[in-house]
Amino acid sequence: MSALAMQVALVGNPNCGKTALFNRLTGSRQKVANYAGVTVERKAGVVRTPSGRSVQLLDLPGAYSLAATSPDEAITRDICLGQMAGEARPDLLVCVADATNLRLHLRFVLEVRALGLPMVLALNMCDAAAKRGIVIDRASLERELGVPVVETIAVRADGAAALLRQIDGPLPPLPAAAAPADLHAEVRRLLALAVTVPRRTGEVDDALDRWALHPVFGLALLAVVMFLIFQAVFSWSAPLQDGIDAGVTALADYLKSVLPDNTLRSLLVDGMLVGTGSVVVFLPQILLLFLFILVLEESGYLPRAAFLLDRLMVGAGLTGRSFIPLLSSFACAVPGIMAARTIQDPRDRLATILVAPLMTCSARLPVYALLIGAFIPEQTIAGIFNLQGLVLFALYVAGIVSALLVAYAMKLIRRDSIEHALLLELPSYRVPHVTDVMIGLWERASVFLKRVGGIILTLTVLLWFLSTYPTAPVDFAGPAIDYSYAGRIGKALEAVFAPIGFNWQICIALIPGLAAREVAVSSLATVYAVSATGDAAAGQLLPLIAAQWSLATALSLIVWYVFAPQCVSTLAVIRRETRSWKIVGIATFYLFALAYGASFLTFRIVSALT
Amino acid sequence: MEQRLRDLPLRIDAIVERVEDATVPDPIADRLRDLGFVSGEPVRLVARGPLGGDPLVVQIGYTRFALRRAEAARVFVRMAA
Repeated sequence: MSALAMQVALVGNPNCGKTALFNRLTGSRQKVANYAGVTVERKAGVVRTPSGRSVQLLDLPGAYSLAATSPDEAITRDICLGQMAGEARPDLLVCVADATNLRLHLRFVLEVRALGLPMVLALNMCDAAAKRGIVIDRASLERELGVPVVETIAVRADGAAALLRQIDGPLPPLPAAAAPADLHAEVRRLLALAVTVPRRTGEVDDALDRWALHPVFGLALLAVVMFLIFQAVFSWSAPLQDGIDAGVTALADYLKSVLPDNTLRSLLVDGMLVGTGSVVVFLPQILLLFLFILVLEESGYLPRAAFLLDRLMVGAGLTGRSFIPLLSSFACAVPGIMAARTIQDPRDRLATILVAPLMTCSARLPVYALLIGAFIPEQTIAGIFNLQGLVLFALYVAGIVSALLVAYAMKLIRRDSIEHALLLELPSYRVPHVTDVMIGLWERASVFLKRVGGIILTLTVLLWFLSTYPTAPVDFAGPAIDYSYAGRIGKALEAVFAPIGFNWQICIALIPGLAAREVAVSSLATVYAVSATGDAAAGQLLPLIAAQWSLATALSLIVWYVFAPQCVSTLAVIRRETRSWKIVGIATFYLFALAYGASFLTFRIVSALT
Repeated sequence: MEQRLRDLPLRIDAIVERVEDATVPDPIADRLRDLGFVSGEPVRLVARGPLGGDPLVVQIGYTRFALRRAEAARVFVRMAA
């Protein structure tokens, strides 16, 4: 340990509070990345010990056993064994066990002890254990295990002090390496010797689960929770989004007023600023949705939701675990597809990734809002329902139903009869801790912005180029965009899209819509030579298209957007997460085929009826 | 009387007898044993899924797991006296 900082790794079962302990020890000095070659998150940070030493701390993925059954568990095993390329074998293992769940967690502790590395056992959540009347004889546990045992309370400021002192001191001697023949028998012996448990389950858990898992009340509760989330995400974020939109517009106007009118200004303002601004506008929605998901995750409710929906999802060729990624996809498919990492089964994970783009992401809302506003009359149905609202709701339902149908079709095509396990732990309910939620929110937001920001920025610059060059000669009649590459591509595309009722203006708007779907609205505005951006554009555009498009064309475009394959960020993240161009090809092709087929039918049927 | 965990009535205390391999090898059965489904362990069914009674929520040791019926069919239990 001369020049290099000491390497310490946190290992433990899932739900042992390991990440909360990691946050407590490292605070903001942590870095999230991926392990080389796999999409398993690598969390590392620096700990300052009381004596002022710096220690490298690695948070290993939770594992039930070193006999790994998932990529996460394989990473944990490989690092503990020193077989992971590019990772040093840790100098010290801190094995974390939930003091309220020792029957399960001690078995893994015994497995880890047999690895032959210096190790400390951290009994986490000692406060919760004490509250439930669980008494642990720390000294005799330490004696019987032959490793130092410290008590920790990850959610309390000084809760890791004893652990820090232990890390700061000399390395503990290697534990006696021999693993007992029967780990379960040894766990029972240790429990009988050192632990007193008044009752096996938490009374709070029992009471809450009686409602949360109930076949009727449980589903009703889930529906209420979902409704509240959607309500909050779409109504609370509106003022923030308007604020960001106004800020971007103001900045663009300011830059336009101070910069000379040349190509550079156009690139900076029309290309980069407005392009990235159109994505940042969705950040409040995405953050709010993440906030709800994190709080639900921390509280222990999400696995319960997965339990309630598992049967339905399995029927459609997915798994209960698909629920969280698909829920995230309502904000944006990019974080949704990333969240599919929590699904260990490769087949279930792939199916989830492939249908995630069918969830109605928030980028489609501006397009829906424009088209519904222009073509669906504002009238009341059955006395209480607003027709426009009903159409919007129907579009969301259409997305969900088509996702289930596509997953079901994939299940029929695959026809594999291998059993895929659920084996999902329902952890104890916990009150979410503010710091942990905030750190989680920050991590997800920064990962999202980094990934999307790069792609969007590159593409908007490219699309700006396509729609600006070649510049129209002065005597050119009509909008300048007609003369540009984008205009020419749009005209060429019209041949492809005429059968589904799209005119060349729509075809042009679809091109910048590749970078971000909602850009299609401002592009339409540009094509129709409306000189405004954002909301104002929609305001002027609405009567224009209402007068010029047929109802069949409008409905066809709405249906197109239900499937809308043209989101480059989504395709890029599918490539990243699956490491396969073939999957990207399949996703693009099937979404395009669905969109084209459905729009074709819509256009033909509505044309025939009107 | 030995019976499958899958068929146990709700909220009745039982003891795990054994976990049977459904295939050779059976990684799901191995994982069940790792999670504590071993002979002598107290177990009970806490809930059944809203659709077709699948999956099940099982209390084993101090922990709750959701298991599909096919997974729970591997576990044989005996009702506690």
